[in-house]
Amino acid sequence: MPLKPPAAKDKKAAAGVDRRSFVALCFDPLVLAFGFMAVTSQVWVLALARFMFPNVLVEPPTAFKIGPASDYPLGGVSTKWLAARGVWIVHTDQYKGRNLIYALASVCTHLGCTPNWLEGEQKYKCPCHGSGFYVNGINFEGPAPRPLERVGLKLAADGQLEVDKSVKFQEEMGQWEDSNSFVDGSLA
Amino acid sequence: MNSLPLITSWLSLGSLEPHPNVTPSVIFGLGWLYLILFCMNVAWTWRSFHKGHHIDLPAFARGGHIPTAAIWATYSTVLMLVSLIHFSCASSPDSFWFIMPDFAKTAVDAVVADARYYFAVTTVGFVLMLLFRNWLAQPNIGWALLNLSLLFLTISLTDWDFRQIVGKPDNVPIVAMLFIVGFFTWVFFYRANENDRRSAQGRPPVEAENNEKVLTWPDLVYTEMICMIAVTALLILWGIALQAPLEEPASAVKTPNPSKAPWYFLGLQEMLVYYDPWLAGVVFPSVILGGMMAIPYIDFNKLGNGYYTFNDRKFAITTFMFGFMPLWIGMIVLGTFLRGPNWNVFGIYEFWDVHKLEALNNVNLSEYFWYGLGQPLPMAPAGSEFWTQAPYILLREAPGFLAIGFYLVALPGLMAGTIFKKFFVRMGFVRYMVFSNLVLMMAALPLKMVFRWAVNLKYFIAIPEWFFNV
Ligand code: FES
Repeated sequence: MPLKPPAAKDKKAAAGVDRRSFVALCFDPLVLAFGFMAVTSQVWVLALARFMFPNVLVEPPTAFKIGPASDYPLGGVSTKWLAARGVWIVHTDQYKGRNLIYALASVCTHLGCTPNWLEGEQKYKCPCHGSGFYVNGINFEGPAPRPLERVGLKLAADGQLEVDKSVKFQEEMGQWEDSNSFVDGSLA
Repeated sequence: MNSLPLITSWLSLGSLEPHPNVTPSVIFGLGWLYLILFCMNVAWTWRSFHKGHHIDLPAFARGGHIPTAAIWATYSTVLMLVSLIHFSCASSPDSFWFIMPDFAKTAVDAVVADARYYFAVTTVGFVLMLLFRNWLAQPNIGWALLNLSLLFLTISLTDWDFRQIVGKPDNVPIVAMLFIVGFFTWVFFYRANENDRRSAQGRPPVEAENNEKVLTWPDLVYTEMICMIAVTALLILWGIALQAPLEEPASAVKTPNPSKAPWYFLGLQEMLVYYDPWLAGVVFPSVILGGMMAIPYIDFNKLGNGYYTFNDRKFAITTFMFGFMPLWIGMIVLGTFLRGPNWNVFGIYEFWDVHKLEALNNVNLSEYFWYGLGQPLPMAPAGSEFWTQAPYILLREAPGFLAIGFYLVALPGLMAGTIFKKFFVRMGFVRYMVFSNLVLMMAALPLKMVFRWAVNLKYFIAIPEWFFNV
């Protein structure tokens, strides 16, 4: 800090910061340094925020066609779309006795691992903490607190089934009654 | 160079079984292990000889005594012979007989492949360790324990499945950790017993009597530097000898089976099997950290400062050790060695069968309660609003709320009047409440495990609608 003559100090005490000492303050190395630091970090934060909105999103569209319903016979769990889209196509009459086709998201409702469909045991079994789900998606063993989630499924105009991953339906909220969450199984 | 044809001929001699229990190279390696054990025991024999300890024989053997060194010498000789057997029989693995017998494998697996027995055994072992601490902390007993565990490890290596799990580069440090934890626990009891004996005789602890102060420079700094160099050398050797287990690129839709957390988080992962993610992943870890920080403020026992002791701090040490050994180290062992595909529990000699079936049908407390009363679960009319639903949900889960409320609010009061009376008087209300709640939260994990195993209890309070499950 540059030394100030005692007179200047007195003046400051009397009239607050005058113009000259304010300018001097602005060029004080310490103030400059902190100022630069503040500005730089602000720019960083903004850049980071911008980073969260990429110019191009390389994600497949959320809605996609999976072929005619006849590809999914009753009593089967199709893992055809698991690797690419993360859904199982289930055709079962084990949920409230109704013959339905629906798409289950392959995300464990415990902590989000991807369970495996075990054909022999007829259950989805999560490798992380051992949650198990029946073929219809209802949880029955392990820590998962709620059933697997359904995603949207409808019959498109061209007769194919169309999955819509942008919507989801939770059983415990009663959303599985929603007609967008399944397709009548007798179509198959 | 000469050994190369020999090795290849051994390999071709091996049976065609895909998972052979013993192969020539395994037998050869075990021969080396027994040889190392032999050398260790020769050194120990030499030590015993110089110490001149002996064991008094019981009266029916007409009194008398035998020197400990004689016992260790005999044992070393046996090890030498065993090692020789391995070296000479290495070429014929099919007829090799010095292996872990099948009945022993079955017996061990029957215990460890069931989480209930496993937890019971670790807990009972923990209690026995505390009860017999004076006997266990003798040098000869400690050495015998080390030998027993090493022998168990060595002979178990004749099993293919055991080798897969123990020899995985990820798991080698866990095996080492077991021995390190054992060693330091032993050292603690050895020193604590000494001081406890002294204080019973009215003498000051060792640390106060031989108060040898040393200089920071050079004594401490040199020691530190030598340790630093040794550890660096060890890490370099380790990095060269055991390759990092790299796997295929990660994929969001394919989870490895089993998926294991890093070893130091396996306790948390085990907790996640019993509790909801927000409890096991957020609340409990924070309580563990916060609780540890709170210990100095909770503790009113002025004894045990600056010297090893058990008797002066029985409660503190027992509580800590219970949390550390059966609950933390025990869970790491469970997660590392016993959890297999689909997060099922497997024995250490058991094949990791992806299709092993363990049927569990977990039931919530509310379901037990209402179905037990012969009533359906209270449920709001379909499609109703949040405010109509809420009372139904709360009523449905009332048993759970009552149970948890009793556990965390009423139980501390009851304990204050009974088992923790002295603590309550010394601590005052606030400190006592913090203390008792920490203890109860720690006990919540084993309690929930026991409930899960005994009655398949899933959650005490289960409100999936609000992401609130306890
Ligand atoms: S993430 Fe599936 S059981 Fe925990």
